[in-house]
Amino acid sequence: MLRVDVEKQLGEFSLQASFASEGRVTGLFGASGAGKTSLVNMIAGLLRPDRGSIVIDGDVVDDTAAGIHVPAYRRRIGYVFQDARLFPHLNVAQNLDYGRRMNRLAHDPAQEKRIVDLLDIGALLDRRPGKLSGGERQRVALGRALLSRPRLLLLDEPLGALDEGRKLEILPYLVRLRDEANVPMVYVSHDAAELRQLATQIVMLRQGRVTSSGGVKVLT
Amino acid sequence: MSAITSAEWTAILLSLRVAVIATLVATPFGIALAWLLARRDFWGKSLLDALVHLPLVLPPVVTGYLLLLTFGRRGLVGGLLADYLGIVFAFRWTGAALACGIMSFPLLVRPIRLSIEAIDRRLEQAAETLGAAPWKVFLTVTLPLALPGVLAGMVLGFAKAIGEFGATITFVSNIPGETQTISSAIYSLIQTPDGDAAAGRLVIISIVLALGALIAAEWFARRATARLHGN
Repeated sequence: MLRVDVEKQLGEFSLQASFASEGRVTGLFGASGAGKTSLVNMIAGLLRPDRGSIVIDGDVVDDTAAGIHVPAYRRRIGYVFQDARLFPHLNVAQNLDYGRRMNRLAHDPAQEKRIVDLLDIGALLDRRPGKLSGGERQRVALGRALLSRPRLLLLDEPLGALDEGRKLEILPYLVRLRDEANVPMVYVSHDAAELRQLATQIVMLRQGRVTSSGGVKVLT
Repeated sequence: MSAITSAEWTAILLSLRVAVIATLVATPFGIALAWLLARRDFWGKSLLDALVHLPLVLPPVVTGYLLLLTFGRRGLVGGLLADYLGIVFAFRWTGAALACGIMSFPLLVRPIRLSIEAIDRRLEQAAETLGAAPWKVFLTVTLPLALPGVLAGMVLGFAKAIGEFGATITFVSNIPGETQTISSAIYSLIQTPDGDAAAGRLVIISIVLALGALIAAEWFARRATARLHGN
């Protein structure tokens, strides 16, 4: 499903990570500064590895030895950032539709309704991002990523910018997503409790190195 | 103060035509340059930046003279354009538009560049992960978010173009009906014994146009801020 074997030098920091995952939700766990975001950015194609390869679903998207680097816009991944990054000049409906338009996909009203219902954002469609709460913004960002029909969904601390109450508000949606959306995910977090609830497999990262990987029990 | 005469109308309409054409033609170049200066690092960037701003600090008569040397009938570029494309700038209203476009270019580029620099680049990254190729990112995210800056630049450039005097009169002279803009008409009228009233009317029109443009630019700038905050 996802195979990563990369090296990247970022200033003083060196990242050297190798793992393979088959799970529905791969939890990328580590303290801040462990290199989680850089690793996810490489999977997304936003950052280019110095050496190594990344394979998504048998499709080689990075292979430095063969000179392959598929740009982010052709990787068919979805990316949910910590800070939502909704387009401020578009309303919620237009934000949700953006990925479909860019990929020239046909409208799929059933799928659109399913995701809007799953995330409970039907009442927000006419609003501008500036008029949404942090939790609402994150739900819209999830919907926007899913509606571009990715083959892999990357979530980089999607609850990181929210307070405790809001986290509890979003978490059930993520669980539903895992069980119903049928898209494999890479979920980045420094919160072990969050990953215990969501992840089916863990990759533990420490100072740019994978220290262990396996089932959720490696978190203990 | 009596009504505007037809000679004055001719100058006003010519000024408007020259400024509108100058602004419309210069805008795509202005956007491209603003983007280049805001987003790219390349060899000679500071030189290019200085060149764009040069008309702002160079005496307008120098700019006009350089235009005459380059785009005049015997000029390097002017000769070629006249021979092969039939485009003549010297002593034509098109030359006035060229002079105005170049003189107003720094004012056009600056607000566009600032508004592109103010855009959160992480939004462009998000667009890329959603499947947008770089040129689509530019058209669907960068340009719409920079649009108030583009409009502000156009308004300022237009206001500058409509008032341009030194480079225009040096390059294309002061021919009523062909190259005599509001500014050169005022200049002629002040030197005519009974021209004060007519000059006064054109002066008032100039002030109204300039003030209107500044107010419009300010309004667009405020819109830009609101837009970037997603309201």
